[in-house]
Amino acid sequence: MEIDPFIFRLSIFILSIFIGYYVVWSVTPSLHTPLMSVTNAISSVIIVGAIIAALASNSENIFDTANIFGFMAIVLAAVNIFGGFLVTQRMLAMYKKKKKDK
Amino acid sequence: MISANLSAIFYLISGLLFILALRGLSSPETSRQGNFFGILGMVIAITVAFLSVGNFSTGFLYLLVFLLIGGSIGAFIAFKIPMTAMPELVAGFHSLVGLAAVFVAISAFLNPEVFNLGFSGAIKIASLIEMSFGASIGAITFTGSIIAFLKLRGIMSGAPITFKGQHLINLLLGLSIIVLIFYLCKTQTDSLFWRIIAISLLLGILLIIPIGGADMPVVISMLNSYSGWAAAGIGFTLENTALIITGALVGSSGAILSYIMCKGMNRSFFSVILGGFGAVEQSSSSENKKQKPVKSGNAEDAAFLIKNASSVIIVPGYGMAVAQAQHALREMVDTLKKNDIKVSYAIHPVAGRMPGHMNVLLAEANVPYDEVFELEEINNDFANTDVAFVIGANDVTNPIAKTDPQSPIYGMPVLDVEKCKSVLFVKRSLSPGYAGIDNDLFYRENTLMLFADAKKMTEDITKNL
Repeated sequence: MEIDPFIFRLSIFILSIFIGYYVVWSVTPSLHTPLMSVTNAISSVIIVGAIIAALASNSENIFDTANIFGFMAIVLAAVNIFGGFLVTQRMLAMYKKKKKDK
Repeated sequence: MISANLSAIFYLISGLLFILALRGLSSPETSRQGNFFGILGMVIAITVAFLSVGNFSTGFLYLLVFLLIGGSIGAFIAFKIPMTAMPELVAGFHSLVGLAAVFVAISAFLNPEVFNLGFSGAIKIASLIEMSFGASIGAITFTGSIIAFLKLRGIMSGAPITFKGQHLINLLLGLSIIVLIFYLCKTQTDSLFWRIIAISLLLGILLIIPIGGADMPVVISMLNSYSGWAAAGIGFTLENTALIITGALVGSSGAILSYIMCKGMNRSFFSVILGGFGAVEQSSSSENKKQKPVKSGNAEDAAFLIKNASSVIIVPGYGMAVAQAQHALREMVDTLKKNDIKVSYAIHPVAGRMPGHMNVLLAEANVPYDEVFELEEINNDFANTDVAFVIGANDVTNPIAKTDPQSPIYGMPVLDVEKCKSVLFVKRSLSPGYAGIDNDLFYRENTLMLFADAKKMTEDITKNL
């Protein structure tokens, strides 16, 4: 009997939850805010779904209802990607060690 | 065009890069590199999505335009936002992820052929379940985050909004979503799908309104987690590994943060979610309002105490963020260091309005991160310290959490500031904190209350040093 591909995706999902669990516990508490902003940015990888939704139309009309939802999702996800990564970068740049020569 | 297998491998790589991005955050030194991995992963994912569509016609141009519009809005916000507004920014961003998930699900529902999910009116059952859950969680994240944003921004009162039968209504709404998904799979009726989204939007609002201001760290982490599960739901629908991995990572990350925040308040996750904390407790605080003697002082007294100390621990809280006092505080500490006074910072896990809020503000004010300590690291040091300088924190210092089993905050881990030789407590008035209970610390022999705005008081103390 063949295994449904869904089972493979479920395995990836569950293993990723475990990876997430161990990786996030090792994040230092002082970086919890950047953790939230960076998880925010990476969850916007949903933009790949939006791109497919916006472009892969079989009708001639590029502004079909389904496409419009795709385009709107692209804008939202793009705000998040740029905003999320840049604000994380800005925060992380502020974390400095004590200067020895004082 | 790029083969499906090849693109699947690239999506896997971008998922791995996202894991490395989170891994980098285990220390500030590696964190910047981690963020770079995250960006790289995103670039790979977007490029592969472009290539797999392979439609470089006019639509492609539109796509770039929309990407740039969104990107420049995001970049503008990221550069302009003050660090004190970080909690509402994160809440706002969560709402966008939620809404994007809803839109992608709608698009997949309207045009399933594109995603290989079957045909309109005959969508594969598994895909239908996945996209319904994705859309539903996305919608809850969207409206829930908007409410959280409004509360954090102060546009909506931070006080919990409760009414009778609230939890029953939420439960019924939750169940009705499940029932509707069941019927959607059975009948493939369009209207059921819209109804699922509408109910989820409503549920998102109802879930967050009963939760009060200081429970926001839990709410934000929880919504963070939801946005991850929504992404994972869409990932299953689109059979996309990058989305599934990311969704699982973000989902578990948010869940862990919620757990840490609950632990920091010694409250169960459910009691936070059910909300109403603070609203119930107000009655008990009013009957407790007998006059007790309080020692209060001015900036000169405080400066005198600090000047004669050899070690000082600073305890910041949400009040410091409100007063934007972090820079003034750093200047005061600089003066202290010139006088060879040892200064460190003690941060309670739930200080502020989101996990790590205080750390970011101190980092912004150029406080080196190796002077900033977590509760467990520093709590034993209070006994050997001369002065504790409490600025904008309240409940997290209340010794009653250790002594009075009747107190609503009993058992919550607190900073042992009362063990210092003297405590300076900067606060605007004697009013109780968020939990609605009096702070025993105000009436201690060794406490000197400094009634003023945190920023102004800190500046005045610096002048008097």
